Amino acid sequence: MPDTITALRRILRDCRTIAVVGVSPDWHRPSHFAAKYLQAHGYRIIPVNPRCDEVLGERCYPSLLEVPDAIDMVDVFRRTDDVLPIARQAIEIKARCLWQQIGVLNLDADRLARAAGLDSVMNRCVKIEHARLFGGLHWAGVNTGVISATRAH
Amino acid sequence: MEERRFQPETLAIHAGQIPDAATGARALPIYQTTSFVFDSAEHAASLFNLQTFGNVYSRLSNPTVAALEERVAALEGGRAGLASASGMASEAMALMTLLEQGDHVVAAGALYGGSVSMLAVNLKKLGIETSFVDAGSADAFAAAMRPNTRAVFAESLGNPSLQVLDIAAVADVAHAHGVPLIVDNTVPSPFLCNPIRFGADIVVHSATKYLAGHGTTLGGVIVESGKFPWDNGKFPGMTEPSSGYHGVRFFETFGDFGFTMRARMETLRVYGAALAPTSAWQILQGVETLPLRMERHCRNALAVARYLRDDRRVAWVNYPGLPDHEQHALLARQMREVDGTAGASGLLAFGIRAGAADAGASQAAGVRFIEAAQFMSHLANIGDTRTLIIHPASTTHRQLDAAQQRAAGVLPDMVRMSVGLEHIDDILWDIDQALAQAHA
Repeated sequence: MPDTITALRRILRDCRTIAVVGVSPDWHRPSHFAAKYLQAHGYRIIPVNPRCDEVLGERCYPSLLEVPDAIDMVDVFRRTDDVLPIARQAIEIKARCLWQQIGVLNLDADRLARAAGLDSVMNRCVKIEHARLFGGLHWAGVNTGVISATRAH
Repeated sequence: MEERRFQPETLAIHAGQIPDAATGARALPIYQTTSFVFDSAEHAASLFNLQTFGNVYSRLSNPTVAALEERVAALEGGRAGLASASGMASEAMALMTLLEQGDHVVAAGALYGGSVSMLAVNLKKLGIETSFVDAGSADAFAAAMRPNTRAVFAESLGNPSLQVLDIAAVADVAHAHGVPLIVDNTVPSPFLCNPIRFGADIVVHSATKYLAGHGTTLGGVIVESGKFPWDNGKFPGMTEPSSGYHGVRFFETFGDFGFTMRARMETLRVYGAALAPTSAWQILQGVETLPLRMERHCRNALAVARYLRDDRRVAWVNYPGLPDHEQHALLARQMREVDGTAGASGLLAFGIRAGAADAGASQAAGVRFIEAAQFMSHLANIGDTRTLIIHPASTTHRQLDAAQQRAAGVLPDMVRMSVGLEHIDDILWDIDQALAQAHA
C-alpha cells in the first residue's frame, strides 16, 4: 500500500478528477464532507450514487461505467463487501488510483487494483490525508507526521 | 522510501512546526489574534460545518497553539492533541467531554490533590460519581467497575505518592469494560513514558511542569491515542448526532481523532479555557529542550535519593528510580533509560527522622527543613529548572481529609522535592545544611 507521505502526496497531486462512489446528498454525512472539501481544494468531483441526480452542483451518475469523463481516482464510500466490483470498474475506466475510505478495507480489491497497475489506498480518508499533507489538519491538533524544513504551500 | 520514525529529541524540536507558509519564518510565529478572516460566506459556512479545516476564533484553535498540540501528540505517539489553559483545564476538558450525569469513574486514590477535588467535589455536583481505589492494584480497579462506569483515571507516576501505575494491567481492566483509560502523564513527561504504548486511550498533561520546564507559564494538553472503539455502544455522544454541534457525528466524521474534535468543538469552545498563543509559544521554548532536561533531572534526582537514603537524619525516602524500590521493575518496563537505569523524573519524597518518635515531631522537622533551605524554593509547582520543596499535607493536599491524604499517598511528615537542574554538589550542599538546621 503506498502509505508513505511521499506516495500519498504524489497521488493527491496527480489525481485531479475524483469519482466519489457512494457520496451522500446529506450535508452532515462524511462522504459529503469529503467531497465538498475536495471541491473547495481545486479537485473536480464526480458524484456516483444511483439514488441522486445531482450532488454539490455536479451531475451524479448511477455507476462509474456511465461517467463520460476521464477519472483519475475512484474514492469509495461503500461497505467493504461491496468494493470488489467497483475495483473492477475502476480498472475498466483506466483510473489511476483506487482509494478505500476509513473503515473500508477490501484486500481482494486492493490486490486486483495493484495487479492492474493502479495505486491503491485503504482505510484512509482522502480529505484527512489531503489536509494532513497539504496543511489544515495541523490546525486541528492532529499529529500529521510531517517533519520538514520546507515551508507549506 | 520507508517512512522515518523520528526520535523524541527530533520531535521535541520539529513536530508540529514547519516554516511558516506566509513568511518562511523558521521559528514559530506568535499568532496573537482572536479571529481569522473568512475568504467568503461559503468558506465561513464550510469552516463552521467542519467541512474544511481552518481557523475561526482562537478559543477554538490558533496556529501557535496548534504547534504545541501537535508536538505533544507526536511526543506521546498519539493521534491528536488539544491544548487548554492549564493542566486542570485539560483534565476537565477530557472528563467533561466523556462524562454525563449518572456516569461513574474509577480513579486511582494516589492523585494530585486538585484532581481528587475535581472528581470528588466538582464532578459529583454534576451527578458524576467517582470510586477511588488503590493505584497499585489492577484488581482494585476491576472490583470498582460498575455498569455505568465510563472512564478510568490514574497518574502514570503519582504526585506526590510516586506510585507507579501498571498501565497495561489497568488498561486491560478498562477495556474489558469497554471504557477508556485516561492517564495523567505529567510527572514522567512524554520523554520518559508514553502511556499510549501500554494501552492508555487518553493522556493528560500539565504542560506547566516538565514540558515547559521554566516555571513561567501555565498550560495543559490532552492527547488521544486514536485507538479507542468509540462505537462500542457506551458513548452515544461520540456516535450520535451532536446536540452541542449541529448534528455532527464526531466518530463517524473524524474517525481516530473524533474525540479530540469533540473535546475542541463541544467542550473547549463552550467552557472557554483556551490557551493563550503567547503561552503556547513559551511552553514550546521549553519543549525543545525537554529530552536534555529530563536526563539531567533524572540524574540529579537519583543522586539526591541515594544521598537521602544513606543519611541517618532521614527516616525514609521514596524514589522509584532507586534499584531497591519495590516498584523499580515495573518502572523499568514503562520508562525510558537514563544513564543505563530507568528514568524516574525529578520528583521524590522523604521524611526526616525526628528526636521524638511521634508524627508531630517529624512533621515539624520537615517544616524546619523547608524553611532552612537557601536556594531550594518553597512553592507549589513541580518540574521547574529550580529545585522545589513543599510539605504536601499542609499545602497541595490540605483540602483533603486525613483518609483522602493517606489514599493520595501523603504522609504527615512527607517533604516533596522536585529536583532541579542546578549542580548536584550545590543541591546536596543545600540539603545537607537544611537537614542540619532541621535537626538542631
